[in-house]
Amino acid sequence: MAELLAVRGLRVEFATDRGPAQVLDAINLDVGPGEVVGLVGESGCGKTTLARAILGVLPEGPARIRGGEVRFKGTDLLREDPATVNDRVRGRAITFIPQDPFTSFSPVFSVETQIMDLMKWKSPRATNGGPSPLLGRYPAARYRADREAVLATLRDVQIPEPARALRRLPHEFSGGQRQRLMIAMALLPRPDLIIADEPTTALDVTIQAQILKLLRALVKERGVSVLFTTHDLGTAHEICDRVVVMYAGQEMEAAPTEAFFGRPAHPYTRSLLASVPSAGGEIRDIPGEVPSLVAPPSGCRFHPRCEYATAECREVRPAPSMLAGGHGVRCHHPIVGADA
Amino acid sequence: MSSVSFVLARLARDRSALVGLVLIALLVLCAVLAPLLATHPDDVFELHPAERLRAPSGAHWLGTDRMGADVYSRLLFGARITIIIGIIAVGASLAIGVPIGLVAGYYHGWPSDSLMRVSDIFLAVPQVVLAIAIAQTLGPSLPNVILALSVTYWPWFARVVYAETRALQKEVFVESTAALGASPWRLTVLHVLPNIASPIIVRASIGMGFTILTAAALGFLGLGPPPPTPEWGRTIAESREFLPDAWWYAAAPGLAIFLTVMGFNLLGDGLRDVLDPRLRRSRTAQDG
Amino acid sequence: MTPPLLELADLVRHFPLRNAFGHRVGWLRAVDGVSLAVHPGETLGLVGESGCGKSTLGKTVMGIYTPTAGDIRFAGREIGRLAKRERRAVAKDLQYVYQDPGASLDPRWKVGPLLHEPLRIHTRLSRAEREREVRAILAAVGLPDAHLDLYPHELSGGQQRRVGLARILTLRPRLVILDEPTSGLDVSVQASVLKLFRSLQETFALTYVFISHDLSVVRAMCARIAVMYLGKIVELGDTAAVFEKPRHPYTQSLLAAVPLIGARRISQDFRLEGEPPNPRDVPSGCRFRTRCPLAQARCAEEEPALRPLDGRTVACHFA
Repeated sequence: MAELLAVRGLRVEFATDRGPAQVLDAINLDVGPGEVVGLVGESGCGKTTLARAILGVLPEGPARIRGGEVRFKGTDLLREDPATVNDRVRGRAITFIPQDPFTSFSPVFSVETQIMDLMKWKSPRATNGGPSPLLGRYPAARYRADREAVLATLRDVQIPEPARALRRLPHEFSGGQRQRLMIAMALLPRPDLIIADEPTTALDVTIQAQILKLLRALVKERGVSVLFTTHDLGTAHEICDRVVVMYAGQEMEAAPTEAFFGRPAHPYTRSLLASVPSAGGEIRDIPGEVPSLVAPPSGCRFHPRCEYATAECREVRPAPSMLAGGHGVRCHHPIVGADA
Repeated sequence: MSSVSFVLARLARDRSALVGLVLIALLVLCAVLAPLLATHPDDVFELHPAERLRAPSGAHWLGTDRMGADVYSRLLFGARITIIIGIIAVGASLAIGVPIGLVAGYYHGWPSDSLMRVSDIFLAVPQVVLAIAIAQTLGPSLPNVILALSVTYWPWFARVVYAETRALQKEVFVESTAALGASPWRLTVLHVLPNIASPIIVRASIGMGFTILTAAALGFLGLGPPPPTPEWGRTIAESREFLPDAWWYAAAPGLAIFLTVMGFNLLGDGLRDVLDPRLRRSRTAQDG
Repeated sequence: MTPPLLELADLVRHFPLRNAFGHRVGWLRAVDGVSLAVHPGETLGLVGESGCGKSTLGKTVMGIYTPTAGDIRFAGREIGRLAKRERRAVAKDLQYVYQDPGASLDPRWKVGPLLHEPLRIHTRLSRAEREREVRAILAAVGLPDAHLDLYPHELSGGQQRRVGLARILTLRPRLVILDEPTSGLDVSVQASVLKLFRSLQETFALTYVFISHDLSVVRAMCARIAVMYLGKIVELGDTAAVFEKPRHPYTQSLLAAVPLIGARRISQDFRLEGEPPNPRDVPSGCRFRTRCPLAQARCAEEEPALRPLDGRTVACHFA
């Protein structure tokens, strides 16, 4: 199956007060067509940076891409002409749902203005190229067609009374409703891939359940792939077909959901799953602390905290290896054949 | 606090603040070392009518005034007056304004509102006018000038302290220290005050410039310390009838006032840039 | 049975809503009649989603807000209506931990004076005695003596958290209210923090009121649990029983909404629709009726009281 998105050897460095931080260390990642992939990891693991690198919206000053490729539908986005990427890919073939619904809308414009602005440039009916962004016209016929599409999509995300809703300002909507609007805006350009950055973290658990249910239904219906970052393992279990776990800028394990949670092979994955509070009452944490990325551990970055670490782990970063059934792991001592 | 050296280091990088610091250092130097630096130290009291209104020369670097006294020497001694007025007036304003601001900021309701209304009334009247009225009523003298300036400048401190105290009340550490059982006194003096020291320091520096300017204005109007005190403003007033011929007579004190006030303003601006954003950002980012 | 350490009787805390002219146009009924008891040594969980009033409840018990109505009895003594000075003295025995205890540290003070301060406020110990206490507490939270000379911003977030906790523990309180202590934390950091709370509870014989929206954490830490919705308790009982077989429709939805690793996906057939109503505009009768699958006419007219059912108490007419 040809991958929709294939990231290979991506290396990103950030300039910080204390020196350059190696935020992403030769990451490999695959997303297939119509697949929902969860990218899990704790703060500082680099999942948001990876999402931004794929979209091409890393902060220009401090961030530097030091190598690797991001292949989307066969083209390397990092080496493609930026104007083409901006026009065809960003916001169109790849769209984005941000984390904080409360700050992702401009507070001074109505929802209608903001969505129609999006449609003006990124509607599937728009022709490519043409007048400059400042002076571009919005043909009336297309405007009408787009507006119909917007109303239909708002109905799909279950916003009541879409026509009235459009006229309102963002602050008149609750957090959950704003995320529904963001989902609508992510779907309208008819993307191939949606990158969702912790979209339900800021929401209450009952609203989260509604949003996850909705998102999964919509993307499966339309055959859209989703790269879903989260630090909540339960959420990943809910909605994802495959799960990839990152630690300190390296990807550690990638497997179909059932295998990931049922038969984790990487020691970090196992420790992470063990630290989720369970009914039994025992609480297990991971000794040590997340390393600084300015002077990260050599080889496998988890080795200082891993009970199975050997000299090899310190020296050489494990190459990707494939266990049965599309279960990939990067570890010199993967734990195979044991349940979680 | 180690941050003092840190602040000075940062300040040194801001060119205009450095200029301000140098100017003020010069002022202090002149004031402290006046007896040593003056070429004619006795000219503060002695008169040499034969030498009146001489232009600047080798003997008299900035010329002589209408009494024949050396303008340069009198200027140096005038610096003492200027500094004394500035420090005491601003100090007194601090002593009045800060506690009022703290109390008004900490408490809510009509006591606090009425305190701030009183301070608003003072602020509504131009400081110079009010100072003139007070000095006029009490008579021209150094203590009266200082009194007039203190009475009119404290509302600026009260207002800054009030606003900062109110803003700080929402901080978690204030609420939690109160939950720990801290009394209002402990909260305001030991916790709030150190945290709002920066805006107060900035306001004090700018206040010095402002106060000195107003003091000079009072002196110019004849409401300041009487002759032969070499107060800069009064010197300018004296020089008026001899302009434009004896230009040095007005230019010297005028330039002195200008440089002093500008020095304090530049320092105040520099302090404002250095103190607030830095120290508020002093928490390290925890997770990389 | 030992008497409860903390007892709330119909506690109410309303906030006035004012329009642009300052006139009161309504009330935000954050806590609208809560009664419960906390026994010495136990950990009572207080759960609910945003806007349910659990944080306000914690702050009202702590005295950060004064109660609008109702009683707060701590160790048998009514404390909700005490004068300010006496209320401050209660802080010795009843303490409150913020979501980010590190933020509760004055950035201009060093750790040493910060830890001395509670003792200076509440005790007459000499400097040497205080220093001994402070070092003991510092060790109990797992921090080295060297930290006494550092400023909060020179410590990591986790260390700041421990200092914040230490500060409260110097008073040897009897009851500690923990307000969303693990919110926003990574799962492994959360595990460390929970382990710390457990060990401190043993060392210092603490009683906890554990406020959180995270049900899995509450299940691991709390023996008893109270579920809040829009200012009132809808279900109260032993954690195991409530999780096993929730009786109130809201509790059922809440538990159904929590993703469980390894179990079937909940969002496939998750049923609860709509958003929680605004606490400014509470529905008449039972406040959950606008989203409740069991709602009937009676629910709009009569507010259900907490009644015993199946080993716990539930506020529902039809559970």
